[in-house]
This record gives sequence, C-alpha cells and structure tokens, in this order.
Amino acid sequence: MKKIFLLTIAFTAAVAFLFMGCNKDIVGRTDNTPALAPISVDGNAGTWKPILLNDPAEFAIALPIATTSPDYIAQINEIKAYQANLTDNEKAIVKYWSAGAVLRWNEILRELVAKHNLPPNQNNDGTYPFPSAANPLAYPLFPFSNPPYAARAYGYVSAAQYDALVATWYYKKLYNRSAPYKVDPKINLLIPQSDLPSYPSEDAAVAGSAVEMLKLLFPGDQDYIQQKAEEHKRARIISGANVRSDIEAGEALGRLVAQKFVARARGDRAGAAIGNQAGWIKLETDCMARGETPWNSLELPKRPPMLPVFGKVKAFLFDSLTAISLRPGPPPSVNSQQMRDETAEIFNYVQNPTRERTRIVHFWADGAGTYTPPGHWDAIAAEDFITKNFSEVRWARNMALLNMALSDAAIVCWDTKYFYFNPRPTQLNPQIKTLTGIPNFPAYISGHSTFSGAAAAILGHIIKDRASQYDDMAAEASLSRMYGGIHFKSDCIKGLEVGKNVGNYAVQRALTDGGE
Amino acid sequence: MSTRFFKCKLFYLAISFLICIQTAKAQTDMDAIMMGKNRLCVGPMYSYSRWKDYWEGTLKRNNLNLGTVSTQMYGVMGNYGISSKLNVLFGVPYVKTKASAGTLHGMKGIQDLSLFLKWMPLEKDILGGTFSLYGIAGISVPLTDYVADYLPLSIGVQSKTALGRLMVDYQSGSLFVTASGTYVLRDNITIDRTAYYTTQIHLTDEVYMPDGGNLNIRAGFRNERWIAEAVFNRWKTFGGFDITRNNMPFPSNRMNATTIGANFKYVLPIKQEVSLVAGGNTTVAGRNMGQSTTVYGSIFYVFDFTKKTKSANHINPAKTN
Repeated sequence: MKKIFLLTIAFTAAVAFLFMGCNKDIVGRTDNTPALAPISVDGNAGTWKPILLNDPAEFAIALPIATTSPDYIAQINEIKAYQANLTDNEKAIVKYWSAGAVLRWNEILRELVAKHNLPPNQNNDGTYPFPSAANPLAYPLFPFSNPPYAARAYGYVSAAQYDALVATWYYKKLYNRSAPYKVDPKINLLIPQSDLPSYPSEDAAVAGSAVEMLKLLFPGDQDYIQQKAEEHKRARIISGANVRSDIEAGEALGRLVAQKFVARARGDRAGAAIGNQAGWIKLETDCMARGETPWNSLELPKRPPMLPVFGKVKAFLFDSLTAISLRPGPPPSVNSQQMRDETAEIFNYVQNPTRERTRIVHFWADGAGTYTPPGHWDAIAAEDFITKNFSEVRWARNMALLNMALSDAAIVCWDTKYFYFNPRPTQLNPQIKTLTGIPNFPAYISGHSTFSGAAAAILGHIIKDRASQYDDMAAEASLSRMYGGIHFKSDCIKGLEVGKNVGNYAVQRALTDGGE
Repeated sequence: MSTRFFKCKLFYLAISFLICIQTAKAQTDMDAIMMGKNRLCVGPMYSYSRWKDYWEGTLKRNNLNLGTVSTQMYGVMGNYGISSKLNVLFGVPYVKTKASAGTLHGMKGIQDLSLFLKWMPLEKDILGGTFSLYGIAGISVPLTDYVADYLPLSIGVQSKTALGRLMVDYQSGSLFVTASGTYVLRDNITIDRTAYYTTQIHLTDEVYMPDGGNLNIRAGFRNERWIAEAVFNRWKTFGGFDITRNNMPFPSNRMNATTIGANFKYVLPIKQEVSLVAGGNTTVAGRNMGQSTTVYGSIFYVFDFTKKTKSANHINPAKTN
C-alpha cells in the first residue's frame, strides 16, 4: 500500500517536472547595467546653457570644508565603517545606483507614472470624480498620470535635473575638491574611477531635484520617493565616491534648483487643464458651428474629455504663439469622401487583425496602467544611452531635450485635439471594435504619432547612427493606432509631422546649448 | 465494479470560470473513471460561459464598458486506454470571446493542448464498496501564438503548465464520492509589451506566473447507463496580485474561484458506443475573476481496437484486469 502511494507520487512528479524549468526568476533589462564609466566627464558642462537658471551660480553653495579638517576625517571614517562590513544589500544598492543617477530616477518616475495612470471609476450617479492634489491618498488617487500629465512630469523632472547638474558641474570646477578615495587611498572605490571633483555630489543633485519635483507631481508617494533618495545617497557614500558633505551640498543644490521649476510648474496653467462643464459644452457647440460632428466620449457612462485645456500649458521650447503656429490645418470633414474612405480603412484593419499587427498594437499601446508613450520613448532612449557611456550631466541634458520635446508635443497635440474636436473611428462607425482601449479624447491628431515624431527627431540628433531606426519606430508606433482601430490615417500622418516639428525645436536647442 | 469502465469515460469539459483564463479543461482528468484497454473515446464538445459581475481584487463590481463577457469553446477531447489502469487523455479547444458592451474587440483562436496520463494503481473492496486511488500527471502547451495580455478578452494566458494530482474514489452500489487535490506548475509567459506594472514596474516582457492549486469534490449516482453528480471545485493561485482599482486584469493576478455545478451522462441504450454529456456550473466566490456561469454539452463515441472474436459484443464493458 505504502509502496503504491509512493509510486503514484513519484510518477506524478516525474511527468510534471519533465516539462517545467524550475527557475522562474526574471531579470529586468536594466537590472545588470554596468556601473557608469563615462568616456568624457564633460568637465566644462558648468558653462552649458541652463533651462530656467539665469546663471549656474544662481544658488550659492558654500566652500567645502578642508580635507584635513576633523569633520572631513569623520566623514571619511563613515565610509570606512561601511566598507569594513559590507552587507549583500549594501552591495546590491551600490550596484543598482552606480548604473547612473539619471537612469535610475527616470525609471522610478516611469514606475510612478505607470502606478498612477488609471482613469478614476465613476461615482454611483454616473459622474466621475477628479483626483485632488490636496488629498492625494483618497480615491481617486492623485494624480491620474495620463499621457499629457506624464509628458509634463517627465519634462519637469528631466529639465530640473539638467539645470541642477549644470550648476553642480560649475561648482565642481570652482571648488575642485578631490574624491574621498583620492584623499585617503585606504578607501576602496566600489565603482569606476573618475577625474571629476566630488563636491557637490552629482548623484545627490539628481536625487535632490527629483525629490523636490516629485513632491509636486506625486505627492502621495513621498514615502517611496524618500526611501529611494536615502538609499541613493547611502550608496554613494558606501561606494567611496562621496563623503557626506559632498552629498549634502549636492542635495541642497538640487532642491534649490528644482524649487525654481516647481514655481514655474505651479504657474504653467496645467492646474486648469481639466477645464469645466461650460468649456466642455462649448467645445461641442463650436465644432457643430463649423458644420462638423463633435467628438463624444465612447466610455460608459460618458467621461468628461481628458485635459481639454492642456493645450494652453506653457511650453519649454517655444512661446505660446509658436505653440499655436505648430497646430496643423483641419482634418478631413467627417462628411467628406476622404473621411469615409479612412473610416473604411480602419474598419478593414479591425475586421482582419493579423497576429503581427496585433503585436504592434500592444507593443505600442502604452495605455492605462503603463508609463505612457512618453515613458516608452524614455525607456527606448535610456537603453540606448546606457550603451553610449554618457556622463551624468550629458545623460541629464539628453533626457531633458527628449522630455521637453515630449512635453511640448503633448501641448501642441492637445491644443490640436480640442481645437478640432474630431471623432474617433468607432464614433463614425460603431462596428469598429478596437484592439486596445480607445483613449478618452478627440482623434485628430494622434498623440502616439506626435510623441513619436518628436522623440525620433531629437533622439536621431543625439544618436545619429540610430536616426533611421528611430524614424521606423515612430512610424510603427503611429501605424499601431490605425491597426488598433482607434485612429484615422490623417490623425497619424499629421501627428508624426507635427511631432517632428516640435522635436526640431529640441534639436535647435541641442545645437546651441554648449553640449556639442 | 464494472461501472468503473464506462463505454465512454469522457465526462465533461468546462471552460474555466476565470475572468481571465478561459482554459478548456478536460474534466475527465478529475473523475474516477478509466477507459478499458485499447479503447478510444473521442468526441466534440461545446461550452458557453458568461459573466457580468466580477471581482476586482475582492471588490465585486460590474463594468459598463464590458457588459457581459462571454466565452464560447468548441473542443475535441479524447481518452485512450493503454491499459485499464493507465489512460491517456487529450483535449484541444478553439475559443472565442466577446464583450457585449464597450468598444473592445473579441478574440478567437486555437488555445492550449492538454495531455494527461491517468493511472489507477489501486482498486480495493472495502466495507462493501470499492475504493480506488489515482495519480494523474498532465501538461498543457499553447498551440498558437494567441495574445495573452488582453484580459478579460484574451483566449488564454499562454502559460505552459504541468500538474500533478492525487485522487481517491469510493463507490458503494451506485453511489460514489470522488475527491482530488492538484498542484499546477505554471511557466512564465512573454507578452507583447516591454514593460508592465504589477505592484511595481517590471522592465521586461517576461511575466512571472504564480502556480495554482485545485480541490475538487464530486458525489452522486453512477451506473452503466447514467451518471448524475454534484461537483464542488476550488481553484486558488499561490501568489499574484490584485487588480488595482478600475484597472484591467493581468495574467499574473491572484485568481481564485469556487464553483458548484452538476454533470449528467447518458449512454444510449440502442447504441452503446455513444454517450451524451451535459452539465453546468456557477461561481459562488472569487477573486480577480468573473462570476461566471457555464453550460456545456458533448457527444462521445467509443472505438474499440481490441481484436475481437466474431460474436463478441464489441462494446463489452467487462473489466480487463
């Protein structure tokens, strides 16, 4: 009897394990990114053109204490104490953060965006609640980081980090304090050596500016953000790259610079982007007055349009008149033969989905619960930047150029969407069932196309040998919206074009900011 | 005792009740019935499952943008007796999903192949009835590259699975009770996007799939012509996360469900190779799943590959051991 039981169990287990790999651990694409070892430290980056700062020395940073002072020696001993007794966790955080401060904070921001990119559920009476910045932890959680919100968040965090690092580089050169492992050769350096002066710490400047910026953008996630910042700063001390005073100075500088961006963000009109009932109705009546069919929400119950006044937000790369001038001409009239043809084209796509087209739809969907299309382009950029061994300041510059372009692309795109208020394919032909969720805003022009056109333009400038691949990716992202049944061809073609025009403003800035 | 060797032992298939995983499951791998040696029981089946309410985590809700989500399955199932103590079972379903409201496109396609080995190492008369013990091992493999990450409308979750099950059965006269416990290993899957958020961001297209377990208890009436049974089933995922508020489901959610149901089988008196099967179940508790109700039916035919003497009843159900 016992033998039979054992045999049964053995037989069952044997067949089961035959087909299963036992290891289900998953390695993220950037988990094992090597420590940043820049090919150039960009020693003159203190002279690069900041975005908001009038001058890299706008915020004063005190002269560092002498490396012979008792205070400094105590700080050296802090490193030694850590290093005498490294735990696995300490090694892990050194490895994680040494991949790059801008990279990791960009990933953290993408995570926060994905977490918060969920449309609020309706109230019992069929209306929808709006998140409140004053009460971020109550449902619906603040923010709802939809694509425009996310684009602006990426823009601000990246821009603030860039300005913070320009100032950091300025002071590094000015004070020229050696790194602790150069002052005391008994300190092990757990990351690659650098000729960069260590005061103020560039890592702490990146963390400090991010923390300050994220207080505004993700006020309900401070516990997580602060914990990451603490870990980041500790990792730098453990690694022997910085003493505590390097960290403190960098963090203070980062915060001061970011506060300037926070002040700008409070006044950039994004707070009014939701609009109001009267404004939503006016969009409809204005559209009807032009003899067109106004967009309506395809959600049940009907949801107010997403951020209809986001087009009025203050751009990074151009003034408000330029923003309006970037708005394209009107879409084909809903009554035109062209629109009938374009509707039929989309109907045909959704009636005959191939596996490859569906893959493309889902690869680029970046819908609810994801880090949005701007986040996807940040991910693409980050993974390419890793291979380029940029200095932190160049990482920050390139991310700022990309994210200012994406943020401004959101502004021009949203301005266009609500200026024309054009319906989605499914509204014109309800038989069009889509392969991904239909975003709750007008169709013309495609947001994915605009973001992708802008991203491809600036990334193709930053990494010239990848330019044609970026264009191909942008074209595929754009097409994915037609395959998915949620955009017309005109939305996509114009979106790419407008995006490219916006991206070219970032290219113009790149040519003149001193970084190349 | 001969009741254990029905003309056709294929019992029923059920679309799983999951909000998400519309896995066709050959429930014969959960019943205490063996095919005789060299006999193949095979047939088509159809099932229809629908839900309107679902559990978002533990919160029960509906969704006007989905309306009622329905799943139809057309399948072929088979059961072959290598010996009266060792059977091989297989199932291949074609699945089609639809949402009655909202704008999302349904999906359709051939889903996963299931294969089982079912072994009865012990059969013993105890207290006037018959006790039997079974060991079952099974695997399932996706047959096509269908989309997993489109819940609740994807036709499956693409995970390769392997299961081990211990089952006991006791029959006294025409009354029986069967109980089984199953552990299901689920392999990681790959999705079409390069990053996803669970309770944290994952910068990869690979998704960790938590294993699952199943408890099944059934009891009722069983003789050569009829089976009528009540079934209690409980599926649990060992790990996974809850659907966040107003989010869509994800393949690695913690999906649990408790269902109750009934099955009937009838062997045609005039043509004993043919049996008709019908049944249904409904979900009474769940987590990250639809509260589905399922009905199904099938027709099975038994082929006997045993060399026969001329006069032998070719569907002789006599025991072979």
